[in-house]
Amino acid sequence: MTASSTDRDVRSSEPLDAVPVRHPGRWVAVAVLAVLAAMFVHTVLTNDNFRWNVVGTYLFSAPVLNGLSNTLLLTVISMVIGIVGGILLAVMRLSPNPILSSVAALYIWVFRGTPLIAQLLFWNFLSALYPRLALGIPFGPEFISFDTNLLINQFAACLLGLGLNEAAYMAEIVRGGIQSVDHGQTEAAGALGMSRAQTLRRIVLPQAMRVIIPPTGNETISMLKTTSLVVVIGYFELLTSVQRIYSVNFQTIPLLIVAAAWYLALTSVLSVGQGFVERRFGRGVQSGPPGPTLLRWRPAT
Amino acid sequence: MSTPMVEAIGIHKRFGSTEVLRGVDFVVQPGEVACVVGPSGSGKSTMLRCINHLERIDSGRLRVDGHLIGYREAGGKLHEMRESEIAKQRRDIGMVFQRFNLFPHKTALENVMEAPLVVRRSARAAARKQAEELLDRVGLADRMTNYPAQLSGGQQQRVAIARALAMSPRLMLFDEPTSALDPELVGEVLDVMRGLARDGMTMIVVTHEMGFAREVGDSLVFMDEGRIVEAGAPREVLSNPREERTKAFLSKVL
Ligand SMILES: Nc1ncnc2c1ncn2[C@@H]1O[C@H](COP(=O)(O)OP(=O)(O)OP(=O)(O)O)[C@@H](O)[C@H]1O
Ligand SMILES: [Mg+2]
Repeated sequence: MTASSTDRDVRSSEPLDAVPVRHPGRWVAVAVLAVLAAMFVHTVLTNDNFRWNVVGTYLFSAPVLNGLSNTLLLTVISMVIGIVGGILLAVMRLSPNPILSSVAALYIWVFRGTPLIAQLLFWNFLSALYPRLALGIPFGPEFISFDTNLLINQFAACLLGLGLNEAAYMAEIVRGGIQSVDHGQTEAAGALGMSRAQTLRRIVLPQAMRVIIPPTGNETISMLKTTSLVVVIGYFELLTSVQRIYSVNFQTIPLLIVAAAWYLALTSVLSVGQGFVERRFGRGVQSGPPGPTLLRWRPAT
Repeated sequence: MSTPMVEAIGIHKRFGSTEVLRGVDFVVQPGEVACVVGPSGSGKSTMLRCINHLERIDSGRLRVDGHLIGYREAGGKLHEMRESEIAKQRRDIGMVFQRFNLFPHKTALENVMEAPLVVRRSARAAARKQAEELLDRVGLADRMTNYPAQLSGGQQQRVAIARALAMSPRLMLFDEPTSALDPELVGEVLDVMRGLARDGMTMIVVTHEMGFAREVGDSLVFMDEGRIVEAGAPREVLSNPREERTKAFLSKVL
């Protein structure tokens, strides 16, 4: 055996001095992208049709901010209804009780199988079907009754439509998460004397979260934009607000840019939030959310 | 005679059309270490899992510490227990799995504290103190804040034993606790189990470690095809098996 020249001082425990692999392809890609980006910025800044001054005027105007706050409110409350309802439905769906399981399956079938617009309209026009809603004993006396139109105003109809529909989708996401947890976890918890509910809350759901969070982030971002459907029952949010403005002043492109900018900003905030939640539930498991290697805005751990 | 810790009479268990247990009888006295050996698929795990009702038996009677497992006897009839009553029975029976089944999102310490906190509703400080003592007892005083993924197989299994001990069980069930371990890690787990046996814990151990069975076991059961073929003192069964099937099995594993 003859030692090669690089074998001579290997016992000196010095850090390895190796030539890293070169990536010429990356540099070509960077050059191409840089040129494209420069062209894009140039046209955006020099083409007067973008009307950046109009964008500036409306970005923080009262009607736009009003629409924005409605978008946020609808998204947050609908997602809360969706997530809580989804967990409930998923647990029912997986329950050994055949009645609970069938009820959940039926709910998911109906709410995923009919158009969201139809559901929004349905909640809005519920008063045509039932002018009064009452609390009382079935087929017996009523304790208290309401005018449906007062109880379910436009805002409530929006939340019912968006939230109850979302619950059906979230139910399937949560069910997938729960079923991804190794059955041995349930057995170990059961063998320790934990009840089904304790096992679900303390052992299974926290582990299922790793699988549940990424699609839930998707759902939230998608909900941000789905809220614009409330226009069908006469309510308004960000996109409706800018549409109302450009239908009057015809500055369509600048106002769509205003809306797009806000949607992008909200989506960015949500993505960062998702990263935090993912790390919180990734404890004990090495693989966290994959970070982009060029844009490393997450603190390295 | 005191009441036996475990008393199984004519246990049958089937999965669909396959009968996995076909009339199993045995008795384990308090403080006894009972080892169970047998070929793969003979029903060893199934029998162990019946003892804490992870599987329900189809016929026979199974008592732990004199109480029927999973059923109540009233008016000459058996009544199925509710889930909460079964959970209560399981607190007194610790179980250690072949594949550890530690909770991966909790540290070693949190794994051991979980059941006392949630099931027994112990105070956090008390649960923590007990968990630290238990982890110290299994030789992991310096690994308390590690997550399972950061521990070796042998260390994980020792955490699992500490976790089972945290509920102060009167009976411990071990299902091939060393089968998933690299050979050099088997010893550390067996040492912990040896210590438990010395402290008088009643244990049922499904194992392929014949040396452990011979040295620590008070009794040895050989199972095949859902029946107990031969039972007796470990030395006796291992050195002078009477049944042909036992001889055939031992000649393959010894
Ligand atoms: N949940 C189940 N559903 C259907 N069949 C099962 C189930 N659990 C076990 N069995 C079957 O029961 C038989 C006995 O299984 P068991 O796990 O008790 O054997 P074992 O003696 O522990 O074997 P090993 O040494 O491989 O662990 C096997 O044939 C197995 O396929
Ligand atoms: Mg087995």
